[in-house]
Amino acid sequence: MTQQLASQRNFDSMRKSLNTLGSSVGAIILALVICGVLLLVTGKDPFAAYGKILETGLTGEKLLEMLKRATPLIFSAIAVAIGFKMNLFNIGVEGQYLFAALIAAEAGTHVSLPAPVHVLFILVVAMVSGAAWASIAAILKITRGINEVISTIMLNYIALSFIQWIFETFFRDDSDGGLNVKTTEIAPSGRMPDLVDDRLNGMFIVALFAAFLYWVVVFRSRFGFQLRASGLNPIAARTAGIPAKQMILFALVLSGAVAGLVAMPSVIGDVYAYGPSSTPTQFGFAGITVALLGRNHPLGIIVAAMLFGFLDSTSAVLQLSEIPSSIVKVIQAIIVLVVVIVNESSSRRYNRKTAERAAMALKSLDVTQ
Amino acid sequence: MTQSKNLRLLILIFGALAIISSVRLWTAQDALTSSGTIGTALRLTVPILLAGMAGLWAERCGVLNIGIEGMMIFGTWAGAWGAWQFGPWVGLLFAILGGMFGGLVHAVATVRFNIDQVISGVVINLFAFFGVRYLSELVYVGKKGGGISQSPPQKWALPRFNLPILSGGDIAGWKSPDFLGWLELQRWFILGDLGGIGRGLTHSISWATVIAVVVVPVSTWVLWRTRFGLRLRSSGESPVAAESLGVNVIRLRYYGLLISGGLAGLAGGTLSIVASSYYRQGQTAGRGFIGLATMIFGNWRPSGIMTGAMLFGYAEGVKLVASDSITASFLFIAAISVMFFIYAIIRRKRMQVLIALVAFCLSAIAYRTVDTVPESLTQSLPYVVTLIVLATANQRLRPPAMAGVPFRPGEPH
Repeated sequence: MTQQLASQRNFDSMRKSLNTLGSSVGAIILALVICGVLLLVTGKDPFAAYGKILETGLTGEKLLEMLKRATPLIFSAIAVAIGFKMNLFNIGVEGQYLFAALIAAEAGTHVSLPAPVHVLFILVVAMVSGAAWASIAAILKITRGINEVISTIMLNYIALSFIQWIFETFFRDDSDGGLNVKTTEIAPSGRMPDLVDDRLNGMFIVALFAAFLYWVVVFRSRFGFQLRASGLNPIAARTAGIPAKQMILFALVLSGAVAGLVAMPSVIGDVYAYGPSSTPTQFGFAGITVALLGRNHPLGIIVAAMLFGFLDSTSAVLQLSEIPSSIVKVIQAIIVLVVVIVNESSSRRYNRKTAERAAMALKSLDVTQ
Repeated sequence: MTQSKNLRLLILIFGALAIISSVRLWTAQDALTSSGTIGTALRLTVPILLAGMAGLWAERCGVLNIGIEGMMIFGTWAGAWGAWQFGPWVGLLFAILGGMFGGLVHAVATVRFNIDQVISGVVINLFAFFGVRYLSELVYVGKKGGGISQSPPQKWALPRFNLPILSGGDIAGWKSPDFLGWLELQRWFILGDLGGIGRGLTHSISWATVIAVVVVPVSTWVLWRTRFGLRLRSSGESPVAAESLGVNVIRLRYYGLLISGGLAGLAGGTLSIVASSYYRQGQTAGRGFIGLATMIFGNWRPSGIMTGAMLFGYAEGVKLVASDSITASFLFIAAISVMFFIYAIIRRKRMQVLIALVAFCLSAIAYRTVDTVPESLTQSLPYVVTLIVLATANQRLRPPAMAGVPFRPGEPH
C-alpha cells in the first residue's frame, strides 16, 4: 500500500514537472508569435529576424558568449529567487551589486595575498558589501514595517548617487591624468582565470556552484524549509515557532550577498576594476525576469539565464541586418509575461484536475464504510 | 473638518512659514522661497502628483501598480510623438492613451489571468523601457534632432498664463500690476515669502498644470461621493462582499486600472510636452516610484498625496534652482527638530525626544561644517526624504485591505 502510494506520488510529481515544462515551452513559443506580430506590424520581417537569431546562435563562438552573458544573470536571478522563496521582492539587486562591485574592486587593490586567497578575499568583500546594503532594507522592514519593494527601489537610487560620490571623491584612480575613469587595477593575483581565453571566465563555474548551493540551502536544509514555510504561509510558520523577523533579515542578507557577486565577472574577470561606464548595469532587473522564467528553481534559472544570454548575444547581429536590437529586450519581457500568465493558469487547471481526480478516487474507495 | 482641526492646520502652516522665513533672512538665501524656486517646484510636483493619483486609483480598486513608471514611459513617448506630429493638446491625449495601454496590459495580466501584481508591474516597466526604445529606433532615428534615445523637438508649446493683478497677467490687453512680485521684492519677514510662494504658484502657469491640480478634487469627488467610486473602493476593500452585493469587481478593476494608466500616461506627457519639448530616454527618472511612495505617505488619500507631491517637488526644486540653498536647508531641518523636540517633551515621548535631539545635532553640525554638498549626493535627496518620511510616518497608515490580493469571481475565500 505504502509502496503504491509512493509510486503514485512519484508519478504525480513527474506529471507536475512535465506540466510545468510543457506549459513553459508553449508559453515561449506563444511569446515568439506575439513578438513576430509586433515585428510585422512595425514593418519588419519576423522570419528574417528569427532566422538570423537561429543562424548566428548555432555557432560555437556564440555558445561561449551565451555562457559568458548568462553568468551575471545566474547570480542576479538567484539573489532575487532567495527573496521570492520567502515572499520578499528584492528589487534592490541593482543597487546592491553596484555598491558591492565598487567596494570589492577598491578593497582588492589594498591587499597583497597569494592568488587563490586574493580572489577569495575580493569575493567575500563583495558578498559582505552586497549583504550590508541589502540589510538596510531588511532593518527598515523589521523595525518600521516599510515594504521592501518601495525601500529597495529607493535604495537603488540612493546607491547610484552614493557610489558616484565615493567613486569621484575617494576611489577614482587619477594616476593617468584623469583619463582613466576606473578604480586602480587589481593585481594579477586577484584576477579570476579564464576558462577559455577571453571568451569565458572562471566566474561561470562559481555561478554554477552558487546555483548548487542555493539548491542545497533553500531546498534541502532546515533553514531553507523555514524560509519557504514563512513564504508560503507566514501565519502557520509563526505558529510553528519560526521567527518571522529573523527570517526576513536572513533572507534579505543572503539575497544581498549573492547579489554582491553579479558584477564580479567584470570586476575580477574582465576589466579588473570598477568604472561607472565599464561595470555593466541593469543586471538587477534582468535577474528578476530570469528568476521568474526559471520559476525560482536552480536548474530553471540556469536554463533561463542561458536563454536570455543567447538572445542578448544575437542583438549585435540583428542590428547589422537593420532590425533594432532592442527587440531582443522586448522579446524577453514578453516571454516573461506570457510564461508567468501561462504557468499561473496551467497550474490552476492542474490543481483543479488533481482535486477532481482525488474526489473520484475517494468515491471509489468508499471511505464512509 | 472640525473647527479645531482647521485651526491646528493654520497654525502648522504659519509656523512652518515663520521658520522658513527666519532661515531665509538669517542665511540670506532668498532662493528658498523665491517665485523661481516655487514655480520650478510646482512644475516638478505635477508629474509626481499625477503618478501618486495613478497609484491611488489602482490600489483603491484592489490592484498594486508597480508599473506606473512603465506607464509613464509609454506616456512620455506617445505624448512626445503626438505633440511632434499634431501639436501639444493632441500630444497630451496620446500620452493618456499610451498610459492606458500600459494599464490595460496590467489589467489583463492581473485581473483576467490573476498573476502576481508586483511581477506584472515590474515586467511592464521593463517592457515599456525597451519597447519605447525599439519604437524610437524605428520612428525617430534619422529625423532632424531625433535619435535612438530622443525625439525631435516639438514646434509648439502649450500656452502659459499669469494670474491678473496678483502676478501681472493681461486683462483684455491691459497689463495688470504684478502685486505678488512686488511683495516678493520687499523681502519682508513672512510677507516676502508669501509673495514669492504666491507668485510661483500663479505666474507662468501651464494649462497642463491646471488639469493636473484639478485631477485631485475630481478624484476625491468621484471616489468618495459617487456610486461608482463607492463600488470601486469596495472592490479594493472587500471584493467578496462587493461581489455578493452584485458589484462587478472584475469590470471595476479594469476601469480602475485604465484610469490609473491614463493618469500615469498624463504624468509622462507633462514631462515630455510641458517640462521639456521632446522625449528623452530616462525622462521619468523614477518619478513613478516616487509617486507610489507619495501615495503611501499620503495614506491612500488625494489630499495626502497632494501634500507629499509638493514636498518632493519642493525638495527637487530647491536642488535644481538653488543648490547653494542646500546648506540652508540643514538649518531648516534643525529648526524643525527643535519644534519636534518641544512637542515630544510636552507629549512625554522619550523616543521622539531622542530622535529630535539627534536630528538637531546632526543638522546643526552639518550646517556649521559643510560648505557645499556634492552634486552626486543631492541627487539622492528625494529618495532619502522618501525613506525618512516612510520610516517616521508609517504607524497610522491604512492601505485598502485587499489591494494586492488576486480575486477570482465565484470562488470561495
